[in-house]
Amino acid sequence: MSFPILSAIVLTPLLAGLILLCLPAERRDWVRRIALAASVLVLGLSFWLYLDYDTGVGGYQFIERHPWLPDLGISYALGVDGFSLPMVLLGALVLFSGVLVSWNVEERPREFFAFMMFLATSILGVFVSLDLFLLFFFFEIAVFPKYLMIVLWGYPKTRDYGGMKLTLYLFIGSMLALVGALALYFNSGLRTFDLLALEKAGFPVAFQRFWFPFVFLGFAILGGIFPFHSWAPDGHVAAPTAISMLLAGVEMKVGAFAALRVGIMLLPEGAAFWSPLILALATINVVYGAAIAMVQTDFKYVIGFSSVSHMGLVLIGFASLNREGLMGAGLQMFSHGVMTALFFAIVGMVYDRAHTRDIPALGGLVRVMPWAAIGFIIAGLVSMGMPGFSGFIAEFPVFLGAWQRAPWVAVIAVLGIIITSAYILLVVRRVFFGDMPVALEERVGDVSRKDKGVIFLLSAIMILLGWFPSLLTPLVESGVRHILALVGGA
Amino acid sequence: MPVDTLIWLLPLPPLLAFFAIMLFTHRRNGLSHGLAIGAVTLSWLGSLVVFWRALQAQDLAEHPWGAQLNWIPTGNTWLQIGTQVDPLTVVTLFFVAWTILMIFIYSVGYHNYGQPRGALDRPGLPPQGAEIQDGHGHRHRVPSVEPMYARFFALISLFAFAMYLLVVSDNLLTLYIGWEVMGLCSYLLIGFWYARESARNAAVKAFLTTRVGDVFMLLGLAALYTLTGSLNYRAILGNPQILEVLATTASPIAGVSWAALIGLLLFAGTVGKSAQFPLHIWLPDAMEGPTPVSAMIHAATMVSAGVYLMIRFFPLLAAGWLPGQPLTLPMTAMAAIGAFTALFAATIGLVQRDIKRVLAYSTISQLGYMIAALGIGAYVAATFHLVTHAFFKALLFLASGSVIHGMEHGVYHSGEHLDAQDMLNMGGLRHKMPWTFWTFLAGGLSLAGFPLVTAGFWSKDEILASAFESNLLVFIVLGVAALLTAFYTMRQITLVFLGKPRSAAAAHAHESRPVMLVPLVVLAVFAMAAGWVGVPHYFPVLGGQLPNWFGAFVGSMLGHEGELGHAVFTPTPLMVSIVASLGGLFLGWWVYRTQQDRLQDVLARPLGGLYRLLEHKYYVDEFYQAVFIRPALWVAEVFFYRWLDLGLIDGILHGLARVGVAVGNLFREVIDRPVINGAGDALAEGTRDVGVRLRVLQPGRLQVYLLLALVAVILIGLAFFYYVGMV
Repeated sequence: MSFPILSAIVLTPLLAGLILLCLPAERRDWVRRIALAASVLVLGLSFWLYLDYDTGVGGYQFIERHPWLPDLGISYALGVDGFSLPMVLLGALVLFSGVLVSWNVEERPREFFAFMMFLATSILGVFVSLDLFLLFFFFEIAVFPKYLMIVLWGYPKTRDYGGMKLTLYLFIGSMLALVGALALYFNSGLRTFDLLALEKAGFPVAFQRFWFPFVFLGFAILGGIFPFHSWAPDGHVAAPTAISMLLAGVEMKVGAFAALRVGIMLLPEGAAFWSPLILALATINVVYGAAIAMVQTDFKYVIGFSSVSHMGLVLIGFASLNREGLMGAGLQMFSHGVMTALFFAIVGMVYDRAHTRDIPALGGLVRVMPWAAIGFIIAGLVSMGMPGFSGFIAEFPVFLGAWQRAPWVAVIAVLGIIITSAYILLVVRRVFFGDMPVALEERVGDVSRKDKGVIFLLSAIMILLGWFPSLLTPLVESGVRHILALVGGA
Repeated sequence: MPVDTLIWLLPLPPLLAFFAIMLFTHRRNGLSHGLAIGAVTLSWLGSLVVFWRALQAQDLAEHPWGAQLNWIPTGNTWLQIGTQVDPLTVVTLFFVAWTILMIFIYSVGYHNYGQPRGALDRPGLPPQGAEIQDGHGHRHRVPSVEPMYARFFALISLFAFAMYLLVVSDNLLTLYIGWEVMGLCSYLLIGFWYARESARNAAVKAFLTTRVGDVFMLLGLAALYTLTGSLNYRAILGNPQILEVLATTASPIAGVSWAALIGLLLFAGTVGKSAQFPLHIWLPDAMEGPTPVSAMIHAATMVSAGVYLMIRFFPLLAAGWLPGQPLTLPMTAMAAIGAFTALFAATIGLVQRDIKRVLAYSTISQLGYMIAALGIGAYVAATFHLVTHAFFKALLFLASGSVIHGMEHGVYHSGEHLDAQDMLNMGGLRHKMPWTFWTFLAGGLSLAGFPLVTAGFWSKDEILASAFESNLLVFIVLGVAALLTAFYTMRQITLVFLGKPRSAAAAHAHESRPVMLVPLVVLAVFAMAAGWVGVPHYFPVLGGQLPNWFGAFVGSMLGHEGELGHAVFTPTPLMVSIVASLGGLFLGWWVYRTQQDRLQDVLARPLGGLYRLLEHKYYVDEFYQAVFIRPALWVAEVFFYRWLDLGLIDGILHGLARVGVAVGNLFREVIDRPVINGAGDALAEGTRDVGVRLRVLQPGRLQVYLLLALVAVILIGLAFFYYVGMV
């Protein structure tokens, strides 16, 4: 048997987290080093996975399968396809970046890094699960580290509210999804939670139409679908920097990904039936999120709402149910994950130095922290869908796909592009250019070398992908081919 | 080297220069501009080779050169990026290569290479000048070098890359990429002096306004790709069957064919990029950028790209149309908007006092000419004017930059506080700056269409002749615009160069350095001579003496049946053209020869309210502010955010929570206390302890929330069950 690389990726953070909790609390150096080592290991393994995946063959690869509760048809089954592999890579990247930007956490670093590792296990687990029960298991255990990290390390003024709201929405979603998942399990007649088997179960059309919204919406709530998006900005803002990065960068993709894998792929007829509604909600996401982002005065809320807007494009791509739309959605999940992680990282860097996130109170930061300014501008260009950056190669196919499915969706959603340009440019103009308030002059300094490393790494990935989309497109396309075979789209 | 490979290589040197400067040489000014100029010289050389080869090629329109590369795989069809060189590409490449190279060279002088650093200079502000001491111990103020000199060259190199990419592209995707990258460079370069608030605002305004057009264009792309499965020019435009189908299939909008709808969507992109009404508002403000940027991006190349797109897609815009028949919908829109913009912008140009803003409005107006020409089917004339305009407008901008430089020199000397770009502060500069004067005059006369000896005359005359044949209204509007153009051009020349200096700075102005003057001279040659390649064969006396190379070369793009030229000579348009030009020039000189006042234009009092209306640019900005921007912000802020998000959506959540707490309390009062409490006090005591401790960790109401969530799920599920049951 070959090396169980997926298990290694998923379990490394868990193990590291447990080791951290066993360390004496005062060994900060050791805590940070172990966290970094674990994240580097995960990143390295994920990259290996990326290099080793055979796009010519496609389908699920690196499969591991062990019986867990055979009586119930539950197994420990892992595998990746072209759609989930970029997500694993994204999770590993954001984890690594998150560890670096959290290097100087003062308050209980041991628990901080340990919980972060647990969250990573949960995230990576969802992406590689081939068993519905296992997927659910990973999906659910995220709530503990998320809630605790927001409430304990979050922004003091809103952390209780934000943490509560996030948890609450997650539970509502989980319950919907759980009910749906159980319905799938019992109705399939296969007595198995195996996703590959359920894909072929051939559920009756009426059944699919009825249960699809439970499953899809249940997961999509974590993807920030309107009108269940309002946990996202509050949760992101309340969370400490690294957790905002993971939440907006990866957790929202976990929701969207699970909605795709369980909702669309298991119940394709249901997806076809409900796609107009999803398109409508997702279109609202795009325009509504961008419009609200435009009028925020809190730097972090701007980015929080921008995530709501951009996840709308992912959902539009899903609901297009065609090649272009799904390709775009897959690329957008990766691109947006990297971009928003960079956004939140820079917002955190600014806040740590300026001690305010109030946009009118900021200004002229390009002079003291040029790296942060350039990184923010690059992320901004990605979010505007500028060619030469990863956002373009992600959004362009989404619009092509949306136009094929329903032109009005594309017509309305392009408004989001204009509004996105507006809020990005306005924030850049006010925060990084303009005159620096006197109060900031003495206390704001440049970002650290590790911060610069994060900015460089994430920016470079977005630019590289913008120029050479073929680094990722064959991979995503092989995943899309499998999905299209299920949904029967052209 | 095979020409196909050469075409690929054209855009690359400036791109490499951009990266090299950004990453390695940004601290070394000389090396940076050496790299940038070297790179565009390579591209220029390559373009000339392509041009030369194209002159000898047979049937280039039928068999263009090109190559493809797969970029984004989208299933069976590939979104390919590729290159194509046909006659339209060749002539565009020609003027792009020349203007870009000249502007790069000029920038060295404009940004004061070799001058000392100023003590007050800092990044984001224009150089403020430096104090030096000469051999006799006298202190002088001299121009200082631009603080972000290297960065400027990096950005314009990136821009040059994008423009070359756009021109050699063989499909809409690559064109769109070049288009957007240019938009980005335009944003960055307008905001180059970002420490000035006006520059920051202008940059954002330019980007957002053009973005409005761009998203329509993106929709056009999506529609075109969905219908044809390709974005390649030849696959769509070179295929009469596809055009036929597009022109005859109805789109979802009643009475509009797909060809017309896509044409209109693409045209919206042009309206933004080429600053046509109603999206023209960004271009005058874009003059906040350094003058080479105005010359290159906002006169010669980027704004021309919008017209280029329309010329390129003319077969689609005109699908189903034959000369002499009623115009298609996109053509009507272009004729109307183009002609209106030509006149509208010319009237605003009449009263501008900033030397660059006059030129900005003139650019908008001249682009309107081209759009209108294309709208009435004058394909070759529009292309011709695109080329001549690029030369003479780039020349005018560069010359005005030279004037501003000279004035700043004078300001350093005189120590006055005045606006070095305000034409009312100038006057009499012809003696101080003879080279600038003569070249500016060449550009100005070309713009005004001075008969026979200027390029602008030939191209403008051709447009007027076509308009006279096909649409009298368009002809009249363009004729009036031609008169106004000549008028404001001569007003500018008179105010700047003729008469006596109206300020001490103007009296002490200084001619610019040769590195700035040489590009002026080169461009002046083109501004004069470029028209001789397109003298129509029917023209009295001259016609037939020189072959109408341009007409034949570019006209071949439309195939054999597409000879849209007018064969017979009609005297009216020629007379109008000459009278408008000479009359406007004379009036401009006659009215402004007496201008003495530095504060008020001589026409301000006689024109009164009309003058103020023009001065405020017809209040279009104010109108947009009141009708679009403020309501949009209101909707976002009040409706979406406060009412919907915080009010309704969060309100429901909080309301549910409140109900939940109430229900919980009710249970506690009615069931918990009397029934269970009585049963076991000891147990309750223990539970309360745990509860208190949990409360520290979680602020209390989570359990209630969860209970509620469950109830909500069940209710929604039931409602849903009935709903789907009925479907």
